[in-house]
Amino acid sequence: MEKLFKQISQSILADLRPEEHLGLSFGGENTTFARINAAKIRQVGNVDEADLGFNYIWKAKCCSSSISLSGTYDEDMKRALAELNRLRDEAKQLPDDPFLVIPDSTQTSMSQKYGSLLEPNQIADKILPAMGEADLTGIWASGRIYQGSANSAGGYHWFASDSFSLDYSLITPEEKMVKATYGGTHWDQSAYETFLADSIAKLKLMSLPPKKIEPGNYRTYIASAGVADVLSMFSWGGVSEAAIRQSESSLGKMRNEGATLSPLFTLSEDFSSGLSPQFNGDGEVAPESNVLINKGYLAQTLVSSRTAKEYGIESNYAAGGEGLRAAVMSAGDLDEADVLKALGTGVYLSNLHYLNWSDMISGRITGMTRYACFWVENGQIVAPIENMRFDDSIYNMLGEQLEGVTSTALVNPDVGTYDGRELNATICPGILLKSFSLTL
Amino acid sequence: MDLKTILSGIDVKADWVGLRYVKENTDFRLVRDQKPEANTRESKQGVMVEVLVNGQFAYYGTSRLDIAGIQAAADRAVVLATAAAKYSLHSFGLEARPVATGSYRSPYQTASDAFSPGELSELLIKATAELKVSEKIVSTNAMARIVESESHFVSSNGSDFDQQYLMVSADYSAVAQDGSVTQKRTDGGLLAKSFQTGMEVFNESDVLSRCRNIGAEAVELLTAEECPTGTMDLVLAPDQMMLQIHESVGHALEIDRILGDERNYAGWSFVRMADFGKLQYGSKLMNITFDPTIGNQFASYAFDDGGLKAEKEFLIKDGLLIRGLGGKESQIRSGLDGVANFRASSWNRAPIDRMANLNLEAGDSSYDDLIGSVEKGVFMTSNRSWSIDDYRNKFQFGCEYGKLIENGKLTKTVKNPNYRAISNPFWRSLKMIGNEDTFEVYGTPFCGKGEPNQVIRVGHASPLCLFDKVEVFGGA
Repeated sequence: MEKLFKQISQSILADLRPEEHLGLSFGGENTTFARINAAKIRQVGNVDEADLGFNYIWKAKCCSSSISLSGTYDEDMKRALAELNRLRDEAKQLPDDPFLVIPDSTQTSMSQKYGSLLEPNQIADKILPAMGEADLTGIWASGRIYQGSANSAGGYHWFASDSFSLDYSLITPEEKMVKATYGGTHWDQSAYETFLADSIAKLKLMSLPPKKIEPGNYRTYIASAGVADVLSMFSWGGVSEAAIRQSESSLGKMRNEGATLSPLFTLSEDFSSGLSPQFNGDGEVAPESNVLINKGYLAQTLVSSRTAKEYGIESNYAAGGEGLRAAVMSAGDLDEADVLKALGTGVYLSNLHYLNWSDMISGRITGMTRYACFWVENGQIVAPIENMRFDDSIYNMLGEQLEGVTSTALVNPDVGTYDGRELNATICPGILLKSFSLTL
Repeated sequence: MDLKTILSGIDVKADWVGLRYVKENTDFRLVRDQKPEANTRESKQGVMVEVLVNGQFAYYGTSRLDIAGIQAAADRAVVLATAAAKYSLHSFGLEARPVATGSYRSPYQTASDAFSPGELSELLIKATAELKVSEKIVSTNAMARIVESESHFVSSNGSDFDQQYLMVSADYSAVAQDGSVTQKRTDGGLLAKSFQTGMEVFNESDVLSRCRNIGAEAVELLTAEECPTGTMDLVLAPDQMMLQIHESVGHALEIDRILGDERNYAGWSFVRMADFGKLQYGSKLMNITFDPTIGNQFASYAFDDGGLKAEKEFLIKDGLLIRGLGGKESQIRSGLDGVANFRASSWNRAPIDRMANLNLEAGDSSYDDLIGSVEKGVFMTSNRSWSIDDYRNKFQFGCEYGKLIENGKLTKTVKNPNYRAISNPFWRSLKMIGNEDTFEVYGTPFCGKGEPNQVIRVGHASPLCLFDKVEVFGGA
């Protein structure tokens, strides 16, 4: 695929005329999916696809597009040239864009991380028998993901990565569930079976009689996976500079009214894990690490080059939507082994579900508890709880009500597949809250 | 491409082969504050090859469209199906892929090329100028999303149907700010105005008139009182009923969810197989239909992606649950009656049970009678926040704009209106339902579900509705 992208990008860029500029991006994957219900195969298949993106500039006009590629050079060159000519026609008709950014990055990079994956015809035999009698539902995904970028200034990047993941829920006859994801780059049958056996053992805790708790404010521990869900909200009406400038951000209060979060809360965008590429769709390379919220204070935001041009500020080469691509929340000093003791009496939440801003400008989020969530008394798990709705503000959860942060930040891979398999992950610890508002 | 010829040339050891070709262009234009923000086109095309081997379906989606590419995809699908067959959740036969032939063309008056990119940009620029009714409007957006889509399905058991669509979504929005108060108004909720239609929706005088109203209401909200907190009557406009039907009826009735396929992602359902024919889902005023036959509604079609003919069916009749949202595979697995809703988001995904057009049928109350019956309550319109649990029980929804109802009259405007409830009790509290004059059609391009994930178009239509004793509240 790298060869195909290199050939097409060189040919297309060589075809440009005076006053034309072009950024090309490449995204593709060859993924085998197996959908599992009750530890059986519900659906199985493979998706082999690649897209070529164009960001075309002529004089002061700009338009963009993407096309499907077939994987064969002659056919794809034909499609790419036709698309370039269509963009040329369209751009002439558009109004001038005062904030367009001409690509000027000349940086290059190459990252190819090849793994050891199961062959598609091995997957069922390797993953299903270990599930035994468990009621397991989930999704297997494995294969190679590609991303590339090239521009008319000479910049060129390529990133390829092999990976697999089994994202699953285990379910008791009483419909209590635990959630886990086993993923990696090199398949290890023994490690997989051990991981699965551990999560099946955790399910036993869920067989305790459930406890119904009433709406109210509770001392609460939210484990890393739940914190990752909260942090994902910062990518939508959060750390985007454009969103703050256009009064559509929950962090506007930090910029404009001096609001702060807890000194225990530090959020960065940090690519040092190497899980996701450091270059954006325009081939710009972000700093390896940017501290966004430093000990509760808004230190900086994610700024794309377009936003930078509009507001006369410096870009930190964020992606177009100015969302987090490599979120890292700093760990604290609460030892994992002491979490239940520190919680004392309250609610332990392993996962959250279906978060949405209930009042974005005030930073208020609503959502549900899900999976392994427990009532804890005097540092001991007493019973799983029925799922509860919460509605609380980030200025409480990550602000005045934040009492402790665990000492280990875990990797929460993004297993989303809406626009193809995601490469991102959120690295974060668990949080202990003095009070958390459960409403229904 | 000649899909029938390609199918006839494919040589694989399978009990059944199907090819689904999809080509789709999505043009998206966004203007912010009279300046172009985005002019993009996404062009996707590919073929989903599906095979049936030893009772197990397997698929291989490929964007390589020549015979060699499709043959290779079919070969690989056979390998996957063969390996998976001994672990099949259900062993299917050919009845899962009924034979279908025919065509569908979505209705429109004005073709997509009637507006050049420049002309449409000019209209959107005018729209953002019109939205700025006051210096307190700090941000304006106008967007248009035009989708031209075609699909063609052929199969070894004789299916051969094609469907072509022109679909347009548009939205106009204004953010108003005064000090620390910020409010936003859109055109009925983000992209709720999504239809199978043509460029006739870009009638300039109509668009600009709506924009003036949107801007004015955003400014009006700046000085509005907070929505009151308490348990009271709730009147929902059809643009909010769209979301209400979608989240607390549609997803709950998807048979694949009830069968547990979604338990690791979107979730399960409070509805169980034994509930069909027995569960009083809502009050006797509640009649829900699956109706893919309404002209211009966003998810109308003639056949689903498994080849089942699409027809109108009642899912809930006089409040009683009678039928689920399940395509042929779910019907076979569950033994329940279903509908033609086995749909894929594109060529690169396998079909699953989805909503299409899911509507609440009109009742017989006039607007005046419905509002006039409320002594104390709140009217809410245009969704801005949505969240519901994985069983589709406990929901909390928020709207952009509200009005107090006092002694049978709409009085003060209120901001940040929200409500929360549990699905079954909520629908059983439906106490008045508007007549045809209050019935409005909406849709959304963004319904997410499935593993691997798929986002798909759905349509919802509803009259004005009054619910009894609902917990409502305001902002922070």
